Amino acid sequence: MSTAVLFDNVSRHFGAVRAVDGVNLEIAEGEFFAMLGPSGSGKTTCLRLMAGFEQPTGGHIEIFGETAEGVPPYRRSVNTVFQDYALFPHLSILDNVAYGLMVKGVGREERRRAAEDALAMVKLPSYGSRRPGQLSGGQRQRVALARALVNKPKVLLLDEPLGALDLKLREQMQEELKTLQKSLGITFVFVTHDQGEALSMADRIAVFNDGRIQQLGSPEEVYKQPKTRFVADFVGSSNVLPAKLCQKLGVRSAYASLRPEAILLSPPGEGALSLNGTVSAHSFLGAVNRVVVDVDGARIAVASPAALAVPNVGSPVTISFAAHELHPMEDA
Amino acid sequence: MTAVVEHITIPDRRGPAGRLSDFFWKHPHVLLTVMLAPPLLWLGVVYIGSLFALLLQSFFSIDDFSGLINYEFTFATYRQLLSETNLDIILRTVSMAAIVTLASALIAFPIAYYAARYAQGKWKVLFYLGIMLPLWSSYLVKIYAWKLILAKEGIVTWFLAKVHLQWLLDAWLSLPVVGGNSLSVSYTGTFIVFVYVWLPFMILPIQAALERVPGNLIEASSDLGGTPAQTFRHVLFPLALPGIVAGSIFTFSLTLGDYIIPQIIGSSRLFIGQAVYAQQGTAGNIPLAAAFTVVPIVIMGAYLYMAKRMGAFDAL
Repeated sequence: MSTAVLFDNVSRHFGAVRAVDGVNLEIAEGEFFAMLGPSGSGKTTCLRLMAGFEQPTGGHIEIFGETAEGVPPYRRSVNTVFQDYALFPHLSILDNVAYGLMVKGVGREERRRAAEDALAMVKLPSYGSRRPGQLSGGQRQRVALARALVNKPKVLLLDEPLGALDLKLREQMQEELKTLQKSLGITFVFVTHDQGEALSMADRIAVFNDGRIQQLGSPEEVYKQPKTRFVADFVGSSNVLPAKLCQKLGVRSAYASLRPEAILLSPPGEGALSLNGTVSAHSFLGAVNRVVVDVDGARIAVASPAALAVPNVGSPVTISFAAHELHPMEDA
Repeated sequence: MTAVVEHITIPDRRGPAGRLSDFFWKHPHVLLTVMLAPPLLWLGVVYIGSLFALLLQSFFSIDDFSGLINYEFTFATYRQLLSETNLDIILRTVSMAAIVTLASALIAFPIAYYAARYAQGKWKVLFYLGIMLPLWSSYLVKIYAWKLILAKEGIVTWFLAKVHLQWLLDAWLSLPVVGGNSLSVSYTGTFIVFVYVWLPFMILPIQAALERVPGNLIEASSDLGGTPAQTFRHVLFPLALPGIVAGSIFTFSLTLGDYIIPQIIGSSRLFIGQAVYAQQGTAGNIPLAAAFTVVPIVIMGAYLYMAKRMGAFDAL
């Protein structure tokens, strides 16, 4: 399998602001790759570097083996689904979808057929004559997808494409995108700040913060073994055990992460690897109860199955967990 | 939680002012009526009414002997309007307005584009100042200044002589129609001053239209393979078109109606505005003056209709 996108020590500085700072990554052909991070972390700038809207101030970018620096967006076999879709308001849906073929000089009849096929693929046949303003957010999102895919790009870039949709629609679109990607075999590069989205859809995830990649790995790796405090915090809601507790448990590192759902609540004085504390708060989240336990001043969140009884606030408890659930972290 | 929430008591504001605001709050359409009545009366009665009276005037005629207005419905005045000399005036004015509009649009677009897409902070302020500043000074002063600039002894001739390009100006002035003794007494001069005076009215609407075009549409076009020229043709221009049409309404109608610029700068041949001025003044032929003013109204109506048919307002 060849490399679709290669970033070799890429930087994009805006004056003193280091939007992207020494990023290395290699996206394989046919991969569903997610770039996850808070706003301002550099993930969108990385996407714009791939699309050609930005030029790197340092480093080297290759797309399918070809140098990308200095190549304008309209000469790249890369297409983008924009965050707010960026559909042309003065064109019909069909003309929007056919736009890429039109500017490439494809004949009228042929591009009409291709655009109709693309609209059928995103389950919007017979919408061609409408205007973007007449469509709902979800429908516009599909049109944006069809408009990009009709060009048969080698890499499809998606900039928070589901951000503006409501929860139900978002879950449905996540599934559809994943199915579409598998059936087309196109490399998808997906930018999101929603960790759930990244975890459920991507083959691999790059977690961004402050213009750098904090961790790059499979969803499971990133979720279960966060390398830094930032990743532990941002992906899911891991507990970060401070040095004091790490010492108590015999871990040789400054910090360690512990997932709330890996912890068992029990009456005081039980369990192999355990800590004692008092319950300081709890809240009902549906499937689980979130119980916050105060252990020597460190607040540890526990996801306790809703079927189990919730201890009262102020009551002493022991939290216990398997040794392999505790992951030492770099100090960052 | 035992924190005490202190409620802020809302002061009881009765009194006439308080009762009035309560009344308006309960009856919002009354407030709307009160606010809209004066401008509606002004527009409806004073403005539209007088326009209608003007239209009516054009269907009266003037008695050639007594010089008095004959208040009988007739098309005689319109027959007079379509005489060769008057048609000549109309044709001259409409051609000038069309060329001025076209030139204004061509000059205004890059300026508006820069202001909408690139200018920021103090450059934007400078842009607005640069566009608006000429509007603050007197119209007459500007036109007389241009007369001096374009005169045979003026700075344009002087400058061209200095750079040894006087022959270019002379060659241009020797051309038929656009030429003349000097720039200040030629149609070229009239054209230059018209474009100068109306340019802000073209720049501002185009700038407003371009400002409303989201930047990601330009990026989307480029992303889909559109070269900058294609992006301009298929995305930027269609979306800026309502602004260009709005600007052209200004430049076109202002040129159609102006009677001062062609009087001060240009050949002594009449424009519609001058004809109206002469007919209602010295000639005392109010019906013909009214008929002349109907011409720009009809032309603008036809222009807007065509613009709408061509889809200029689809992106609104």
